[in-house]
Amino acid sequence: MTTALQQVVDALQAAVGRQSEPVTYDVEIGHIRRFAEAIGDPNPLYTDEVAARRSRYGGIIAPPTFLRAFPPKPLPLPEISLTRRLDGGSEWEYFEPVRPGDRITVVQRLADVRLREGRLGTMLFITREIVYTNQFGQVVATQRSTGIVY
Amino acid sequence: MGKVLYWEDVTEGQEIPPLVKHPTTQQLVKYAGASGDFYQIHYDKDFALSNGLPNVIIHGALKNAWLAQLITDWIGEYGTLKKLSCQYRAMDLPGDTLTAKGRVVRKYVQDGRHYVECEIWIENSKGERTTPGAATVILPSRTNPLGV
Repeated sequence: MTTALQQVVDALQAAVGRQSEPVTYDVEIGHIRRFAEAIGDPNPLYTDEVAARRSRYGGIIAPPTFLRAFPPKPLPLPEISLTRRLDGGSEWEYFEPVRPGDRITVVQRLADVRLREGRLGTMLFITREIVYTNQFGQVVATQRSTGIVY
Repeated sequence: MGKVLYWEDVTEGQEIPPLVKHPTTQQLVKYAGASGDFYQIHYDKDFALSNGLPNVIIHGALKNAWLAQLITDWIGEYGTLKKLSCQYRAMDLPGDTLTAKGRVVRKYVQDGRHYVECEIWIENSKGERTTPGAATVILPSRTNPLGV
């Protein structure tokens, strides 16, 4: 590993715990519909106002991974010379449904930084914890998302 | 809206009905638009090749969405998805047939709620598990049908 890369890793590890500025998004019914269609999920809870109204939820809700469409603001982090990136995975926890008309505020926190030797060479694993809060101050979901740069 | 899956009717080791997907490059473009993830490895083949990839690759988060659908289709409206995780261990390509699968690992009651834990994964057409994960759900119980 180069000294330059080690310096980046050290700087990133020193930044663990740092949070992004909040950003707030409006949940639009047409966006939920488009997202459900894009993932190929015909669940009527996402698109059928009549069926959803009669359901336990009393109206349309968003699919579980819809919140991916609401990215947090970037973390103020040092420049990384590695330009290729991959998604490593996600861990979601759900607390409240997301509905059309909701206003969702998104904040991320740098949770973990580690280097690993992988198939594609030296890879940097950067894990963020993202918290999604609605207009009532309820945390609707959290996502622990790991990105890989190499 | 469909049948109710009760906690009592789930057994450890039980398989979840699989969900088959036939992803296309068009679907990747739609997902890019709907999610706002415009990283070019998912729709620009030249860019993907120059990044050392074999082709454009499927968004990990799209596979995550299929694993969510696997679970929500199975538990129905009265089940609640509490936790969902997956790791993108290998790339998947449009044109392949991918199958989301799962199996019940454990069921338990805690604080009056009826939980089921599952292992879930996406398998490519060679039978390789490219995307292993886990899900935890709360199901209605016959003793407390509304206690979800």
